[in-house]
Amino acid sequence: MTPVILSTQDLTAQFGAISAVDFVSLEFRQQQLHAIIGPNGAGKTTFINLLSGELMPTTGTIHYLGKDISQLSADKISRLGIGRSFQKTNIFPTFSCLQNCLLGAQSRLPHSMHFFQRASRLTDVTERAQRSLALCGLSDRENSIAAMMSYGEQRQLEIGMMLATEPQLLLLDEPLAGMGTIEAQRVIELIQALKQDHTIILIEHDMQAVFVVADRLTVMVNGKVIATGTVAEIRANKMVQEAFFADEVIGDD
Amino acid sequence: MEFSRPVRWLLLLAVLLLAVFPFVGADYYTELVVRIMIFGIFAMSLDLLIGFTGLVSFGHAAFFGLAGYVLAIVTPESSGVSLFWSLPLSILASGLAAAIIGWFSVRTTGIYFIMITLAFAQMVFYYFQEAVQWGGSDGMFLFFRPTVTIGNTVILDLEQNRTFYYFVLGSLVASLLLVKRLLGSPFGRVIMGIKANESRTRAIGYATFYYKWVSFIIAGMLAGLAGYLEVTHTGTISPGYLAWHESGIVIMVVVLGGLGTLYGPVIGAFVFVVLQDTLQDYTSHWLLIMGILVILIALFLPKGVTGLLDQILYRQGIQNTNNEDHGHQDHRT
Repeated sequence: MTPVILSTQDLTAQFGAISAVDFVSLEFRQQQLHAIIGPNGAGKTTFINLLSGELMPTTGTIHYLGKDISQLSADKISRLGIGRSFQKTNIFPTFSCLQNCLLGAQSRLPHSMHFFQRASRLTDVTERAQRSLALCGLSDRENSIAAMMSYGEQRQLEIGMMLATEPQLLLLDEPLAGMGTIEAQRVIELIQALKQDHTIILIEHDMQAVFVVADRLTVMVNGKVIATGTVAEIRANKMVQEAFFADEVIGDD
Repeated sequence: MEFSRPVRWLLLLAVLLLAVFPFVGADYYTELVVRIMIFGIFAMSLDLLIGFTGLVSFGHAAFFGLAGYVLAIVTPESSGVSLFWSLPLSILASGLAAAIIGWFSVRTTGIYFIMITLAFAQMVFYYFQEAVQWGGSDGMFLFFRPTVTIGNTVILDLEQNRTFYYFVLGSLVASLLLVKRLLGSPFGRVIMGIKANESRTRAIGYATFYYKWVSFIIAGMLAGLAGYLEVTHTGTISPGYLAWHESGIVIMVVVLGGLGTLYGPVIGAFVFVVLQDTLQDYTSHWLLIMGILVILIALFLPKGVTGLLDQILYRQGIQNTNNEDHGHQDHRT
């Protein structure tokens, strides 16, 4: 097996009396697509929010390439090479597609406190932005204002902007949510292409898609991990089947 | 940030008109134009915050007034001081105040940011209100305008109203070009990202706090330049210059002219000063009419007077309507 790129130890996020993520210890290995599945409210998005620094853990740690990143802010985590997409489309609505990706690409400069340099002359930034637009399939929409595009295209842009930051590890939070069949197929193909040279942690509701792309699967219910394994192992797991069809029962114990 | 071609021509035309105005306009109106231009720089500096960084500061007059006070304090009663050090000193004082106030305030957002900037500005106001050594509530006089001399040669005699007029015009044009350049820089890209979606800007790797802070400092320094010019122009400074209603009026002027356009606030300043000047003769309640105008503009022209101008240009088919829709969208989100 490939080496571990990211691991969590007893990771917990508590909101009042509720533990959205409850002592989760997981390992993610390089060059693998590791999917996290589970019913609504299982804590999957909260888990991603912890990894990406949107949320600080109540207890527990996160290690990325051996370094403890549990207390780092979102911008620092992004700079370490962890990119994320959001479940609810989270782009720059008033910017054009290219401008969205330009801002992503420019974030890889050591800093952007350049006041009199012309941003348009940063040719490598522009090239990287255009490359990521091409990757997410929006090359012909360079100058379209993001807010004016279809929902599916906005989802694609969400991924394109993330790719412009050149991450090694991608955290994809339901990239297929609300997409039509054709658009979803395009995104699945994109994920498969990205799999070649990225490590991916994927949250997805579409089980058919997950079974096709994932190398490993983790099932979460009520903030806890109930099973981790290969696709075949998880499909055969009785507890998982119960969790999906009667998660109330499992949640009570 | 790029101006469209017709806007660029109109701006050039406006600068040309301003350049010949002292030769054709009466002295009274030339004075009025100086006021407009100084107010324009002040409003433009606030547009950098409201229109481009998404920070609605309700304490911007503090930086305007502070630079003015610094000039009045360092100028003795017997002669003017050199502009070469008094201008940087005044601007730096405003910048330092903005650095301190901004350090605390840009951590907050929305209503809290508005309240905290207001509270800080009121602290500065009350300080000068109580500072008897600097005239207390009466303020101070500036007996001599700053001097611009090298050795014994007078480069610019700012006591000459016409010379001062061109100095202010030059400052206005320089400020506009400077801020425009700033917005086209990598820094400008980041602050516009913060305005559009701050949490996302952070998620792709920007420590947004520092960008907002620096933007706050730059805006404060530019407001300082305007304050320095204002005191040079009027020869007086009092706590009223940095009071909260001044901060409110400059927000009004930015909205009136058009948020996020840079030149819009200058047009806003023009409308404001001209209305003030004409309405004042008829009624002391002229601000009431001003208020109604601002309400109408907020309701029907989210991009201010500039938006109206754009619409006229669009109707003539110079540009497509894409950006216009985008502008409305921008305003409502």
